[in-house]
Amino acid sequence: MGLLHYVGQRLITYVLVLFIGISITFFLPRLMPNDPIDGYIAQIQSRAGQTLSPEAAAEIRATLSELYGLEGSLFTQYLNYMRRVVFGFDFGPSFSAFPRPVSELIALALPWTLGLLTTTTVISWLLGNLIGLLAGYYHNRRLATGLEVLGVLIYPIPYYILALTLILLLAYTWKIFPISTTIRPAPLSLAQLGSILYNSALPALTLVIAGFGWNILSMKALAVSTKEEPYVSFARLKGTSDGTRMFRYVFRNALLPQVTALALSLGTIFNGALLTEMLFSYPGLGLLMRTAVGNGDYNMLYGTITMTIVAVATAALVIDLIYPLFDPRIRYR
Amino acid sequence: MKQLLRLRGATALPAGESVEVQRGRLRLNLRLKFGLSILAFFIVASFTLPFFTDVNPAEQGTYLKNLPMSWKHPLGTNTQGQSIFWYLVFAVRNSLLLGIAVASCISVIATLVGLSAGYIGGWYERLVMLLIDAVITIPVLPILIILGALVRGKTSFFLVGLIIVCFGWAWGARTVRSLALSLREREFVNMARFSGASTFQIITREIFPYVYAYMVVNFINTILFAINTEAALAVLGLSKVEVPTLGSILFWALNYNALFIGQRTWVIAPIVATVLLFLGLFLTSTGYNDLFAARRGRA
Repeated sequence: MGLLHYVGQRLITYVLVLFIGISITFFLPRLMPNDPIDGYIAQIQSRAGQTLSPEAAAEIRATLSELYGLEGSLFTQYLNYMRRVVFGFDFGPSFSAFPRPVSELIALALPWTLGLLTTTTVISWLLGNLIGLLAGYYHNRRLATGLEVLGVLIYPIPYYILALTLILLLAYTWKIFPISTTIRPAPLSLAQLGSILYNSALPALTLVIAGFGWNILSMKALAVSTKEEPYVSFARLKGTSDGTRMFRYVFRNALLPQVTALALSLGTIFNGALLTEMLFSYPGLGLLMRTAVGNGDYNMLYGTITMTIVAVATAALVIDLIYPLFDPRIRYR
Repeated sequence: MKQLLRLRGATALPAGESVEVQRGRLRLNLRLKFGLSILAFFIVASFTLPFFTDVNPAEQGTYLKNLPMSWKHPLGTNTQGQSIFWYLVFAVRNSLLLGIAVASCISVIATLVGLSAGYIGGWYERLVMLLIDAVITIPVLPILIILGALVRGKTSFFLVGLIIVCFGWAWGARTVRSLALSLREREFVNMARFSGASTFQIITREIFPYVYAYMVVNFINTILFAINTEAALAVLGLSKVEVPTLGSILFWALNYNALFIGQRTWVIAPIVATVLLFLGLFLTSTGYNDLFAARRGRA
């Protein structure tokens, strides 16, 4: 019963978060002073060399309004938008890659983002927590202070600075990695896999380092305080080894807040990943978003943003749902 | 009184542990010292130096192009004929101003929302918490990107700050609410209430001294968040890039391919400045946090 209640509550929150998120993406642009269609027509006009007649412009305006779903009152627009997004993930055609639908382009980009993000988040979470655990468990030793200083130095560096520094050092000064990602489409082979790894190395390194510092710091603090708990002292008096105490007593208990924190920081991590993709031209959602901004491709913008909200909310839900596996106590809450 | 007793207690501990505690406290002070010195340097330098120049750093062609580093131009000039050093000074000042303004607004909103949620409770609290969770879960950057794309060209520096406030209050509100929840049930609050203190007195005399430390730490963290968000937007060209900030300087450097034409100081100087400034803010906030924790007796 308790578990069912827990899952039900999380699912309701999930649906509501999605609802609020999609509503925000719908309403915010409409609160803005300028009209995307005006901008688009201005673009067409400048391409056509100012030869667009007013009648033609009005015609384009009508077509665009229909395409964007901008007809009718705000409320009917909202209902239409919701229906299209919820039942078909349909954002209409992309304007810069007309007539390919936005959802198709997103489907192509999504595996890249998810692949990069999952790998780097797992690596930086595990590595950061392990280092933090060591630093916290042996917090009296000099090396532990060194590790903490490392965490303090890395943590406040923002994503774009890390990305630029890595480009500056590893792609520009020492030409080890490519400056921007160039992955040629090819059937999956060993060589292709190598090229993908080679091209993904710098963005991945950026994301790992960025996620790393915080994990070190918070795990260290948690480990230091958990180490003083009576049950750890009892285990020590019982004669258990350092390794057993460190992993089975301290780590197991310090893990829980870290999992919660991971769920809460997913949004931030996703922000960083998008930014990193943009700076490295990595073919994921971030790059789609950037080109969409450059081209004034609003359908694509709505699509990518809704996708990021869905992805982050889903990931948070998954973490929430597997949380009882780490902490059996939560089932009965 | 309680705090005093606890601190006294710490000195009465066995010799080994007392040394431990003291060493810990020294290290914490070191963090705070480092952080505050870096911050003081940036604030004093970026707020006083602009009085010594009447040149608009964003104006192009003020100086000769591509000058090397010299006494007159400590970081050289760039391909647009701007002095990199002066541009950086104004960038740091503008970023700091934006950060402080945004953090002030966010602190007020977060405190109001969080306190009301914690004290009123019931449906109101559930609704607010849901909104908070939604705003936290939704990645801010994409939404800022869409807004930036929509208002591009017509945006103002003020509007960028306003947008950051709209999406930045949730973390703080969450913290304040949990603080309010834990304080509501504390003995000293009940004690004051039974002694006949008014709500206003309870809030100002009993709760504020307790919450104040968290507010300082949150405030500094929010400055960090605001500067970072604006800079991230600016690097992508989605903020008001005509205003020098730590992000827009990098945007122009990347835009004019500073790396490929060998203008390293144009890229390296803002990177170093950003890292140092963020390190200063971060050290100050964690330093304060530890200092207050030590004062409360939880070092």
